[in-house]
Amino acid sequence: MTAVLELDGITKRFGTLVANDAVSLSLAKGEILALLGENGAGKTTLMNILFGHYTADEGEVHVFGSTLPPGKPRAAIEAGVGMVHQHFTLAGNLTVLDNVVLGSEPLMRLQSQRARARARLAAIAERFGLPVDPDARIGDLSVGERQRVEILKALYRDASILILDEPTAVLARPEAERLFDTLRGMTRGGLSLIFISHKLHEVMAASDRVVVLRGGRNVAERRTADTDPDELAELMVGRRVTRPRRQQHATGAPVVIGTDITVREGGERRLDGVSFQVCEGEILGIVGVSGNGQAALGRLLSGLARPDAGRLTLNGEDMGALGPRALVRAGVGRIPEDRHAEGAVGELPVWENAVLERMGTAEFSSRGFVRRGAARRFAHTLIERFDIRGAAAETRTRLLSGGNMQKLILGRILSAGPRFILANQPTRGLDEGAIAAVHAELLAARAEGAAILLITEELEEAIGLADRMQAIVRGRLSAPVAAEQADSRRLGLMMAGMWERDDAA
Amino acid sequence: MRLERRAHVPLGLAAIAPLAAIAAAMVLAAGLIAMAGVSPLTAYGEMLRGAFGSRLSVTETLTRATPLILTGLAAAVAFRSRLWNIGGEGQFYVGALVTAWAGHFLLAGLPPVIGMALLMAGGMAAGAALLAGPAFLRLRFGVDEVVTTLLLNFVVILFVGLMIEGPLRDPLAFGWPQSVPVDGALRLPDLVPRSRLHVGFVVAIAAAGVVWLILARTVFGAEARAAGFNARAAAFAGVSLPRTIMGVALLSGALAGLAGAIEVMGVTGNVTTTLSPGFGYSGIVVAMLAALHPAGVVAAALFVATIFVGADGMARATGVPSFIADVIMAMSLLTMLVALLFTTYRIRR
Repeated sequence: MTAVLELDGITKRFGTLVANDAVSLSLAKGEILALLGENGAGKTTLMNILFGHYTADEGEVHVFGSTLPPGKPRAAIEAGVGMVHQHFTLAGNLTVLDNVVLGSEPLMRLQSQRARARARLAAIAERFGLPVDPDARIGDLSVGERQRVEILKALYRDASILILDEPTAVLARPEAERLFDTLRGMTRGGLSLIFISHKLHEVMAASDRVVVLRGGRNVAERRTADTDPDELAELMVGRRVTRPRRQQHATGAPVVIGTDITVREGGERRLDGVSFQVCEGEILGIVGVSGNGQAALGRLLSGLARPDAGRLTLNGEDMGALGPRALVRAGVGRIPEDRHAEGAVGELPVWENAVLERMGTAEFSSRGFVRRGAARRFAHTLIERFDIRGAAAETRTRLLSGGNMQKLILGRILSAGPRFILANQPTRGLDEGAIAAVHAELLAARAEGAAILLITEELEEAIGLADRMQAIVRGRLSAPVAAEQADSRRLGLMMAGMWERDDAA
Repeated sequence: MRLERRAHVPLGLAAIAPLAAIAAAMVLAAGLIAMAGVSPLTAYGEMLRGAFGSRLSVTETLTRATPLILTGLAAAVAFRSRLWNIGGEGQFYVGALVTAWAGHFLLAGLPPVIGMALLMAGGMAAGAALLAGPAFLRLRFGVDEVVTTLLLNFVVILFVGLMIEGPLRDPLAFGWPQSVPVDGALRLPDLVPRSRLHVGFVVAIAAAGVVWLILARTVFGAEARAAGFNARAAAFAGVSLPRTIMGVALLSGALAGLAGAIEVMGVTGNVTTTLSPGFGYSGIVVAMLAALHPAGVVAAALFVATIFVGADGMARATGVPSFIADVIMAMSLLTMLVALLFTTYRIRR
């Protein structure tokens, strides 16, 4: 085995934070190497150094035996390294061909080499099994197709080493599986791949070898065939973390009932005649690939959107017309989809965010003035009760880590003893420890009788928490399926919109 | 080289930023002064003397600072909630015009204290009403308030011209285009005898205190701040954005209107189309130099007033045109924007 790529003792510091601490690894030709680690373990930093976006403080990168000059992405590209970013870097208003050619065309030539580029793109697409329409506009493509374009873009630049940063973050399970099949095929064509992930199952399914990063260090290296998910989880987190399991218990009367609800936004039906029902002590999981109406459902249940048709009730009373504040008063707790954009005002201190939903109530204000003492005390109890680390009442909220910010939001809603909880992607982007904490809190709320509607893209999360599940596809909801009858295969089919056929069978 | 966001803005840095910005602006302006053939040190010395050299010049500087404090507060309040009120000038003039009208025709003869309070309230209401329109258009239809408030300034000044040539014309002014005067009993008393400095200065300082109290201590203030920093998160938490932004607009417009009312009641007694040497626009610079903080607004208004009053003295003594004051002010806005960049971000390699 010859190494096509070697990282040798890479160290990178940001101020006092050591993002990478003497990390070494090598990649063999034709190999798929998984770089596994939690958020903040230093995976992306390492790859950015490899690709020349950052300059390492110490250490060297060797590609095909020669040392890459630090801090020069172009040198990395010319050496044959291609990077597919988690957040795509495509121009939505241009065509596939435009995007692929962009940046690799010589500037100082009057005549564009369109025909040749087109032929070359077609040949590459054919060779690696990545079919695309070169004239399609990026904006019209699905997320999976856009990713394919990103990969093609790298291959078009003669990449023989491809780095994929969290490639499945935006894909549904079947799409992800297809991607891994494609990648496997590409290595047979001589490519070497590194993919970055924090998902154990896909590391197990798709890689030859795994390098585990934790706290910026290379803590372990395993052949995939010689390890198992439990070991990897422990290596990744550094201790045994087990997600809490849902215990069977009897559920109560329906709390929230949605009947034939349609929500139109911007002239489009975001929700199309959906019906659901959540009972006391029950978690209803809404599973689906992002962009299928989850956002509208989230806004509806957060009080930010009104049903255009249909009826939404909370304990038998209409809740469709209630705004956020009225919902909170009525005993609804809401975990927003995007905690940075909606969950908290980053520039405000923790204590103001802790009471923001209820600042106008008698508990935290009198005669229009904020009761700062009461609000700070409340924040203190949240910080202690929910183990929000690195936070004092006065800390600016944006300085909290994602997990701690989520605990703050959880604390803000759970301390009010809600009867209904909307949990919209409650663990997106969190590490295993934080996920386990969030799950434990949701299950505790369920045990106390709260009705919970969980919107998630993670099948494991839905399977671990939900009593019943419905799939959301293009604004429509499937019939509910009890947890006992839902395995990941069936859910995968439901998320692909094939529930009707499934029901008929 | 990259810019990296600072986790904490050290208080010292936040305090030094405006001073550094001002110093940089003065250095840049020094080049122009030197080109005019005068040593910058001499010119700036004369400027200081012009602003603080005598009892009269000190009171002049404070008189000049009074409307700037109020228009600065108006801009600061609005900008904090990302309502870009560029219409301070227009709100100043409607406040002034309503004051002249009511102070001559409506409230003359009332007990002075009540009359003065009513006049100020009237000016505030007029300023608030003028900004309510653009705020409504922004909230209802998404019309850019930068455009509407800016253009309204010109409309208002033309309207003032129309009024003082017409219905509000002072018949005793020998054809001079000025409005009827405010009733003498409703003029603000002097703070320092034999100077133009009037009680309005105290009102302006008090207004800064009240604005601070509102922003820092009330539910409305907290919601207005939240809406400014992150409107989506504020809306999610149940802050009514239309109500909050409209409230901010009314407060902002009222402050600028109050500036106009106080200028008429305290200094001129009537309205002309040259009543304001750009108090509304200067208020924006004041607010920026103050980093939108009410206490900073008082300090920044004093600085701007010093430059303007001092520049007149400097012009008399050295022959350097007093327009250099406009240059320094504009330059300090630009350097302050750069300084803000460096307080928020640090440079990384």
